[in-house]
Amino acid sequence: MSVTSKIELIPELSAEVALEGETSLRRFVSDFTENKVAVGALMVFLAIVFVAVFASLISPQNPYDLAEIDILNGRLPPRSESMSGTTYWLGTDDQGRDMLSAIFYGLRTSLGVGAMSGFIALCIGTCIGLTAAYFGGRVDSLIMRLVDLQLSFPAILIALMLLAVLGKGVEKIIIALIAVQWAYYARTVRGSALVERSKDYIEAAHCLAFSNRRIVFRHLMPNVLPPLIVVGTVQVAHAILLESTLSFLGIGLPVTEPSLGLLIANGFEYMLSGKYWISFFPGVALLITVVSINLVGDQLRDVLNPRLRR
Amino acid sequence: MSVFIIRRLLQSLMVIVAMSLIVFFGVNVIGNPVDILINPEFDQEELERAIKALGLDLPLWQQYLVFVKNALQGDFGKSFVFGQSALKLIIQRVPATLELAFTALIMSIIIGIPLGLFAGLKPDSSVSKAIMGGSILGFSLPTFWVGIMMIMIFAVMLGVLPSTGRGQSLTIMGLEISFLTWDGLKHLLMPAINLALLKISLVIRLTRAGTREVVLQDYVKFARAKGLSTRRVILVHVLKNILIPVVTVIGLELGNLIAFSVVTETVFAWPGMGKLIIDSIQMLDRPIIVAYLMIIVFMFVTINLVVDILYSVLDPRVRLQDVKA
Repeated sequence: MSVTSKIELIPELSAEVALEGETSLRRFVSDFTENKVAVGALMVFLAIVFVAVFASLISPQNPYDLAEIDILNGRLPPRSESMSGTTYWLGTDDQGRDMLSAIFYGLRTSLGVGAMSGFIALCIGTCIGLTAAYFGGRVDSLIMRLVDLQLSFPAILIALMLLAVLGKGVEKIIIALIAVQWAYYARTVRGSALVERSKDYIEAAHCLAFSNRRIVFRHLMPNVLPPLIVVGTVQVAHAILLESTLSFLGIGLPVTEPSLGLLIANGFEYMLSGKYWISFFPGVALLITVVSINLVGDQLRDVLNPRLRR
Repeated sequence: MSVFIIRRLLQSLMVIVAMSLIVFFGVNVIGNPVDILINPEFDQEELERAIKALGLDLPLWQQYLVFVKNALQGDFGKSFVFGQSALKLIIQRVPATLELAFTALIMSIIIGIPLGLFAGLKPDSSVSKAIMGGSILGFSLPTFWVGIMMIMIFAVMLGVLPSTGRGQSLTIMGLEISFLTWDGLKHLLMPAINLALLKISLVIRLTRAGTREVVLQDYVKFARAKGLSTRRVILVHVLKNILIPVVTVIGLELGNLIAFSVVTETVFAWPGMGKLIIDSIQMLDRPIIVAYLMIIVFMFVTINLVVDILYSVLDPRVRLQDVKA
């Protein structure tokens, strides 16, 4: 049998793989929906994403348009009415902003920064982890030393160090969050890639004399995705929490990009006079976001764990 | 063994050198050192004199050597805000941070182990389920927000605890300690609980998992069969055996507590080194920032080194693997 006829077999193979992919997707969906709590959490999370994306359309007011806010409406408690008759369901802050609208806009910033940094860290971490696992030897031990070293420092400390040197700003906090997260992805990818590497299909790909790049990205990568998705969801929740913590400390996002952490910090000043709502509601929004992502992540881990597969 | 320790020591040294390079070039290349190291309120003449005095007219690598030489002698320059040696200012704040971190550590053990033990012994009772639910919440709650809410409830609404600061402290053997006075204790309570919250959740989960494993062991069954009282079985036979892994993990978390005290100290205006660094970043007090970063790197490298060596003593596989690699 010549080499060309062997290669001609591949389209059939890939069609089969696609078919199996469909059924496994269906199984994945039915496994996931078994846990009602996780489904509820997913609904809540999707609602939060919807609110964040369409914040400018569904908010009662644009909280950062100076024409729409009036300082005379400042620090009103929840469910009070403005002078023009609109109701502030969650009260207003010191500038007279509707807290509900401010939270919608804050969710957009927090989720945006969290998702963006998570995605870039995932790409970088995956490439590095795959490189380590595929080449092994010195490259592997050097990369893993670096990963171990970074993971021995608490995340908040690394972010603090970077931001102390870099200063404030959206792109700077994204850099800091990427620097904190890449190592988790790299370690996860390397672990599962090492297992996959020794399997027959990789050897088959080698025998077909595919380039290293093709084997790594077309054959190895799709098979290490499941654990990566689980780590990804948990990491996005972590990134959102870390960003809000840093913003609260005043070293994260600038005041022009108010995330939930900044809203909470803003209300902190008025806490001692009993005006709880300015800090309370953004915190609740943050909590709901993080808990819903974590619950979805937990269920994903159970569903994607091959050891628990029935 | 000694090969392992020497290798680890060399690695730690390399990390410190690498971090000093990053911090030094971060401050000098990304930011303009003239803006950063010299008081912005100086006039032109003072400015030029200061540039000469700081050696900023030298090439960069020479400047780095000077920085290292000074740092080794404990000289990180003077704080702009306080006008004192940066290193000394930070060292002064260390006891407050350590007091907070250790109190939180002890609290997480005192609260976490009994709750975890209960949840492990009676896994199906509704109290246990509540404990486990609470521990999940403990992992998800943002520390700073919980701190703010605690101030709201206990200081503003109920007025039973002071909201901020450290309170009255006693000086014992040159160390300022506040948990020996009633006022100091009242100030310490809320920040310590806030800092401990995450670790309490961790200890609960560890203890519960350990307990569920140990109660099935033969020696526990035998102790019961011998007719020992339930209390004795739990306190001696169960607790003793789950304590070792729990205490190990908790010891490892000390570094984490010191890092996270940055958040708690800011919320409760606790005068530790975490609050100092946040204030310094906001006031662009760069000598303190540089000194803090170097001290914290040194501290963590030391903690990691000690942990690695302890592990290699406890588990010979660790060092054998390393020598092979």
